[in-house]
Amino acid sequence: MIEYISILFDQTYKILFLLVPVLVSVAMMVWLDRRVWAFVQKRRGPNVVGPFGLLQSLADALKYMFKEIIIPASSNKVIFILAPVTTMTLALIAWAVIPFGDLLVISNINVGILYLFAVSSLGVYGIIMGGWASNSKYPFLGAIRSAAQMVSYEVSIGVIIINVLLCVGSLNLNDIVKAQHNIWFIIPLFPMFVIFFISALAETNRPPFDLPEAEAELVAGYQTEYSGMMYAMFWLGEYANILLMCSLGSILFLGGWLSPIDLYPFTLIPSPFWLIIKILILFILFALVKAIVPRYRYDQLMRLGWKIFLPFSLLWVVITSSYLFYFDLLPGN
Amino acid sequence: MKFVRFLKIILMLDFVKALLIAVKMIFKQKKTINYPFEKGKISTRFRGEHALRRYPNGEERCIACKLCEAICPAQAITIESTEREDGSRKTTRYDIDMLKCIYCGLCEESCPVDAIVQGPNFEFATETREELYYNKQKLLDNGDRWESILAANIKANNPYR
Repeated sequence: MIEYISILFDQTYKILFLLVPVLVSVAMMVWLDRRVWAFVQKRRGPNVVGPFGLLQSLADALKYMFKEIIIPASSNKVIFILAPVTTMTLALIAWAVIPFGDLLVISNINVGILYLFAVSSLGVYGIIMGGWASNSKYPFLGAIRSAAQMVSYEVSIGVIIINVLLCVGSLNLNDIVKAQHNIWFIIPLFPMFVIFFISALAETNRPPFDLPEAEAELVAGYQTEYSGMMYAMFWLGEYANILLMCSLGSILFLGGWLSPIDLYPFTLIPSPFWLIIKILILFILFALVKAIVPRYRYDQLMRLGWKIFLPFSLLWVVITSSYLFYFDLLPGN
Repeated sequence: MKFVRFLKIILMLDFVKALLIAVKMIFKQKKTINYPFEKGKISTRFRGEHALRRYPNGEERCIACKLCEAICPAQAITIESTEREDGSRKTTRYDIDMLKCIYCGLCEESCPVDAIVQGPNFEFATETREELYYNKQKLLDNGDRWESILAANIKANNPYR
């Protein structure tokens, strides 16, 4: 019994040690996103609450907490309440396998990347549940769009991951990072990185692929009927997902927690620092893209996903595998 | 030509160009101001909150000619007047319903003695409706508060009237 409690305590401690920074950084990311967006448009962005407006997200969260949660009379109440909880939970449980250093991870499972992929696929359920349970037209349309969009782009993300796995020979995220010791995969697999980045934009409903919540067409898409803390949970889940995609991108292509220069003074810096820097760079790229591109039309989005990205990444799988096979570079040989 | 276009799409040249422009814009001078702490410049002809002015000796300028009441397109002004002991006609009531007012500036234009003017203040939001039914006292207080700016504005606009 004592043993059981001590294990439980140990695990809870570890999880809290990961989740609290993740949630705080999600709040900071919202600030950074708005700030970069504003700067590109020559505005100032949030700069009043706290130093440089850093506490803006906390102020927003506080505001959401005191707002009334309105549940539409015709909605399916259980699913309606469950939807933001699902989004948030799924966005957070995926962090269990992200390695912040050599074996510095909550659960070092052998199929880490598969787990990540499965959890991010489940992420679409939160949105569909929200859109369906609202029982109103705009949320419903938004949910349908997001379902189609996320499923389509997951296919190409899957194929891109196959490319990386071919070069690594393991599904363990720790091994994937270690395999990039000599060269980061962004260099040999650069086209895949670009496609991964664009697919990640689509996967997290970021502009130019923010069709599920296209405010000009669908009011706010699947979030239309949500208010108060439930809306805030959708919002947190969305940004946690974006952060997750950024960290996945840096693990798959940018060498995760490896330092860019493998020399003496740089190796002293703790490895989580490098991962955080890489996530930040990717996130700033996300924010810049939001500021510069207009929204895609729905058919363009589908064409890009199915007719361009999928065949191209499949072709690249063939190229990668034949290259590795021909030069006898296959891992495990 | 088609090949060039193809290359452009494959290499995402337009996108990269836009990204570079975006990065360049980040370091440019901001076009907006820190509003509540730092305010933009407003014209001397700005039509903001109303005020009733006084002569330097403290006498009210308004002579209750009711031209402003007559010209007001929103009929926001209500004036009542009596004759004073010294024979001059003065207002006993001068109300402006700021919720009806459309800030057209016709009252200011019509006033023969520059009594009713629209000042530079635009931050007079209130929490209740009732607070925006301005009476004579409120308008006179406004006039006292903004007198220096109001006088300067009228002087600046004088050559064009």
